[in-house]
Amino acid sequence: MEKATQDKLQRLEFKLAPVYFLAPAFIFFSLFVIWPILQSFWISFHEWSGFGEKTWVGLENYRTLFRDPKFHIALFNNIKWFVFSLLAPVFGLILALFLNQNIKGLRTMKSLFFFPFVINLVVIGLIFSWFYNPDLGLLAEIFKAFGLKPIPVLANDKIATYGIILASLWPQTAYCMILFLTGLTAVNVQVIEAGRIDGAGGWKMLRHVVLPQLSGATFIAIVVTIIGSLRSFDLIAIMTAGGPWGSTNVLAYMMYDESLFNFKMGYGASISVVLFVLMSGVIAMFLRSVLKNER
Amino acid sequence: MFPTPIQKRSPLVQILYKAAVPVVLILWLLPMVAILLTSIRSNADIISGNYWGWPSEINFLKNYSEVFNPARSPMLLYFRNSLIITIPSVFMAVFFSAMAGFSLAIHKFKGRIFLYALFIAGNFVPFQILMIPVRTLFANLDLLDTLWALILFHTAFQIGFATFFLRNFIVDLPFALIESARIEGATEFTVFFRVILPLIRPALASLGVLLFTFIWNDFFWALTLVQSDAARPITFGLQALRGQWSISWNLISAGSIVAALPSVLVFFLLQKQFISGLSFGGVKE
Repeated sequence: MEKATQDKLQRLEFKLAPVYFLAPAFIFFSLFVIWPILQSFWISFHEWSGFGEKTWVGLENYRTLFRDPKFHIALFNNIKWFVFSLLAPVFGLILALFLNQNIKGLRTMKSLFFFPFVINLVVIGLIFSWFYNPDLGLLAEIFKAFGLKPIPVLANDKIATYGIILASLWPQTAYCMILFLTGLTAVNVQVIEAGRIDGAGGWKMLRHVVLPQLSGATFIAIVVTIIGSLRSFDLIAIMTAGGPWGSTNVLAYMMYDESLFNFKMGYGASISVVLFVLMSGVIAMFLRSVLKNER
Repeated sequence: MFPTPIQKRSPLVQILYKAAVPVVLILWLLPMVAILLTSIRSNADIISGNYWGWPSEINFLKNYSEVFNPARSPMLLYFRNSLIITIPSVFMAVFFSAMAGFSLAIHKFKGRIFLYALFIAGNFVPFQILMIPVRTLFANLDLLDTLWALILFHTAFQIGFATFFLRNFIVDLPFALIESARIEGATEFTVFFRVILPLIRPALASLGVLLFTFIWNDFFWALTLVQSDAARPITFGLQALRGQWSISWNLISAGSIVAALPSVLVFFLLQKQFISGLSFGGVKE
């Protein structure tokens, strides 16, 4: 083959390569992720039972939604999830600092600490439901030991949500701990030593020397925790199914409930759109940080 | 190193520390220890309310064989379903993402940053916004309530995270290796299979382990895409069996252990890969 044709062929290949290398991933992802997002927006402007024709209702679903007391409860619970889930990075950092030592056998123990993250939320939900059970749970035993009457955590509409959030903190703390432990191994030793010579120690050292170096790990820990908290569904479905009296509902669960049990697909779609819009802010933050080194 | 290495502290502090770590660990894992113990308790213990004391007899075989007995519970079927769903999804997602990640990292074409951003963002969307259209799509394809629905969906959804992860890894590879292969006349396919894939093997392992636990632990899609026992994975199955077992907490615990075991095992066997994968493909500072 002539050199010129060969070059031409290679240039053509470079042009086409992205097409066939990206095609499978792109088709799958568009079909099951990107396109459904757009469809949900479209469905949210309709009244639809899931079967038969859709009826265009414009913004009616949103108007109903913003006046729906169930929505207010769910949204408020999402805020509680958002705020209290941020304890996970804090606890995770504390645990990581506690475990950041080199002694025999600690490596294995570190991985045992990580354990809750790999267990699925169904199991975690079951464990905590049992824990909180007023007749046979550990919490009840502890209360009885102090001569107190056990409180049925998950049946009490004032505290049930906090009970579920606490359960979610367990695996999430483990995840943040690992991020911080990995971050701590990469902390610059010389800077720490210099800080020590300057007399910085304990809290001061943590605040001014260590934490700035952990900013990458902290960022990921916080963003992933926030996203996880806004997406929370599994634990609620397993522990309370939104009850008692809808008091543990969150947008994700409410959407599922309205769509699949009340057959209000349009209404359900509008809830998911609201959740999506709320989360886009966090997603955009993450994207910006990841993409800032590109181009 | 921060905090101060324990070796530089007084002997008393050292002893206290060495004692404190296991105590904290046991408290931390108390819920796990409790279900582990309860999974071997006898019915008599359960009836008499001995949930938190030492088991009066060890019923390991009895409880676990009860859980796995196909005549008594469909747990074995659920377990098999989970494997059938998880393994092919992991392989397909990893393979397609390796191709996409390669192209996004190496080929300079218009819109590649946009595409990359799309994969990342898609990975974080709330599942609920996909639920109705995805269910409708599978209903139209006549795949609702089949293992196929879960295999296809998990493959597709995990592609977002996996592409992000692998693209970051490939971008850091020495470009000279690719260049020299090209000069020797290698096609892009040869470059991908002969140069890239062997180099990213560690990343593929990390990713595979992570995806395995993500997919194995899925509950939402199991709940919304399948109904019948024939297609239920173990997470959904366990939740369903909870009603049947009612207050037999020894069986629920044994079932929970079985449901948690594969991801725990995978994690322990491939710990290093798992942890290196968690820092999100090493988002750079």
